[in-house]
Amino acid sequence: MKTTILDLPEEELLNPGNRACAGCALGIAYRVGLKALGRDTLLVVPPSCLTVLQGLFPIAATKLASLNVTFASTASAATGLLAALKVTGRTGVNVAAWAGDGGTSDIGLQALSAACERGDNFLFICYDNEGYMNTGVQRSGTTPQWAITANTPLKGKMQPNKDVPAIMAAHGIDYVAATSAAYPLDLYDKVKKALSYDGVKYIHIHTPCPPGWGFEPRYAVKVGKLAVETGLYELYEIEKSQLRHTGASLKLMEKRRLLPVKDYLRAQSRFRTMSDAEMEKIQDLVTRKWEGYFESFDEIEGGE
Amino acid sequence: MQIIETGNTAAALGVKLARAQVIAAYPITPQTPLTEKLSEFIESGEMQAEYIPVESEHSALAICIAAASAGARSFTATSSNGLLYMHEQIQWAAGARLPLVMCVANRGVGAPWTIWNDHQDSISQRDTGWIQIYANDHQQIIDSVIKAFCLAEEVMVPVMVCYDGYILSHTHMPFDVPESEKVDAFLPPYRPPYALDPADPANLNTVTMPDGRADVRGDISLGYMEIRHLLQRDMMEAVPALNRVEERFQSVFGRGDNPYVEPYRCNDADYIAVSLGSLSYQLHDVVDALRDEGIRAGVLSVHLYRPFPDRIIAEALKGCSGVVVFEKALSYGYQGPLCSDLKSALYRHAESRPFVANYILGLGGREITTQDLYEALKASCSPEGSAGEETRWIGLRFL
Repeated sequence: MKTTILDLPEEELLNPGNRACAGCALGIAYRVGLKALGRDTLLVVPPSCLTVLQGLFPIAATKLASLNVTFASTASAATGLLAALKVTGRTGVNVAAWAGDGGTSDIGLQALSAACERGDNFLFICYDNEGYMNTGVQRSGTTPQWAITANTPLKGKMQPNKDVPAIMAAHGIDYVAATSAAYPLDLYDKVKKALSYDGVKYIHIHTPCPPGWGFEPRYAVKVGKLAVETGLYELYEIEKSQLRHTGASLKLMEKRRLLPVKDYLRAQSRFRTMSDAEMEKIQDLVTRKWEGYFESFDEIEGGE
Repeated sequence: MQIIETGNTAAALGVKLARAQVIAAYPITPQTPLTEKLSEFIESGEMQAEYIPVESEHSALAICIAAASAGARSFTATSSNGLLYMHEQIQWAAGARLPLVMCVANRGVGAPWTIWNDHQDSISQRDTGWIQIYANDHQQIIDSVIKAFCLAEEVMVPVMVCYDGYILSHTHMPFDVPESEKVDAFLPPYRPPYALDPADPANLNTVTMPDGRADVRGDISLGYMEIRHLLQRDMMEAVPALNRVEERFQSVFGRGDNPYVEPYRCNDADYIAVSLGSLSYQLHDVVDALRDEGIRAGVLSVHLYRPFPDRIIAEALKGCSGVVVFEKALSYGYQGPLCSDLKSALYRHAESRPFVANYILGLGGREITTQDLYEALKASCSPEGSAGEETRWIGLRFL
């Protein structure tokens, strides 16, 4: 399934005009993601930038029925909606949770893990802007190493980020995907595919944040693409335990050429304290990882 | 049908008869036998409901909140630290105006760990916007659970049905199980004013400003404070609503009584002991003994603790010269919460104010002997009954 821009549904489920910051990549991800989810959806939204984007009572930025819930309870609330749909005999309604990285990798992880283990049938989407941006750019479990945040203000975060898709895949769920707001068609196809599976499905969306990451609003898509083209962030899906790169990341396999990670890191002021030597270290890690990918890609290609 | 069973089973039977549709719970002593019983009802097909075994109490209430938001009658149960772990969700459920019912098998809270009974768990949730009903025996547990759904759905405020851990939850007592058809007549299926629906979308519990804002048509909505005022208004409305529920219950089942308070030998009493839960019945024996000695004492058991029926309670205490409050909970740094509430009620509604004495007892399951109660109440049944420390502890044994 490869959707083109011409195939996207015309109906907009995100109203024009919302309260996101200028250049926020969540706006792209949400607009396209809702198109893939369709009208017959109940949404669960914990506190996050999305709560702000959705608007202030009594005006909502979405045309979908949505339930705002407490921070730690996103996945459990999705389960509650499913249970209600079942006992009231309603079918054909998707349940989707749409949380930020803090609401997924930190405070929301326990409930999400439990829902995976129970096999509850909903789609969990994490838009990862790599920090608590709504509260003023604090570090989260997915903030990358070296990033300056409001509570790693001088030296940057000392620890590497959690690999949330890998944590989700370890639950043995049928569908886990990593995509980016900079590649909306890749995102669209993954949401569509996720909905074809039972149980918890997980989609991680890399979501550039102009004020949090320190770049001009007009560069959100460019920064998102650089993350992928440098090999730092990968587009892939793990379908029934089979990992496969997709879209622009798959193209990198074919081209066998990554842009230097510096291009991505130097485009954002949050990495301003990183020395060239530190960037080289990251470059080495990325280069080595991708050489492994190239080798196994050649084996698969050679075998076919 | 009369049966002999535990308080937890009485609660489970009430939930089954009320046809709760979604149940989510996490195990905690002494609530567990209740949820085990519900699991058994559902797995055996005796009860049609979704049972979600969750990983925490926080999630248990999250599921009930979401399920009720989408139109399902929902139930959970917990105790002690489990209730405290729900605290955020407890407030959320009330603010979201969801007619949930929760049983609390009362237990003390840590630290240090205790699994035994007191009321600190539910009393500490007093100000969350939930209706709180305290049952004194097994019959009151099953009846209260059924009435709780009715009341919650009438005023759209969630209800906690509280009963003493072990003392009621784990003891076997005879009680009547109402007939299913009668319960169906008393409690029709849940018809939510709004249920989340893709065909009629709404964005629920969204960020609300201090002042109301215009919607797309220019109509001004409510602000946060107006929404919260409506919760208080409807909580107060729950007082007369409970009476209507009780009257209907009595007409269908032929039993029941004053739903707010349960007075015992209060009519001519000079001194009235006040308490919540099963302790009240132990106080009956004490009052009988004091009456034999010529002391005109009575007991007032408070069933409805929130909303606090202050006028009704002040009326029930009218004419007595002393009120003695026995409590298994404490507002640390002050006194027993029920004592404070009573004083407030008397200040506003009593023509001549009796003295109010306060005893703290039975924390963390410390045994409450009838002899201890007798001595404490007898000491307080005199014009100087409130002399000394305002809040006294019964049964303390420091070496």
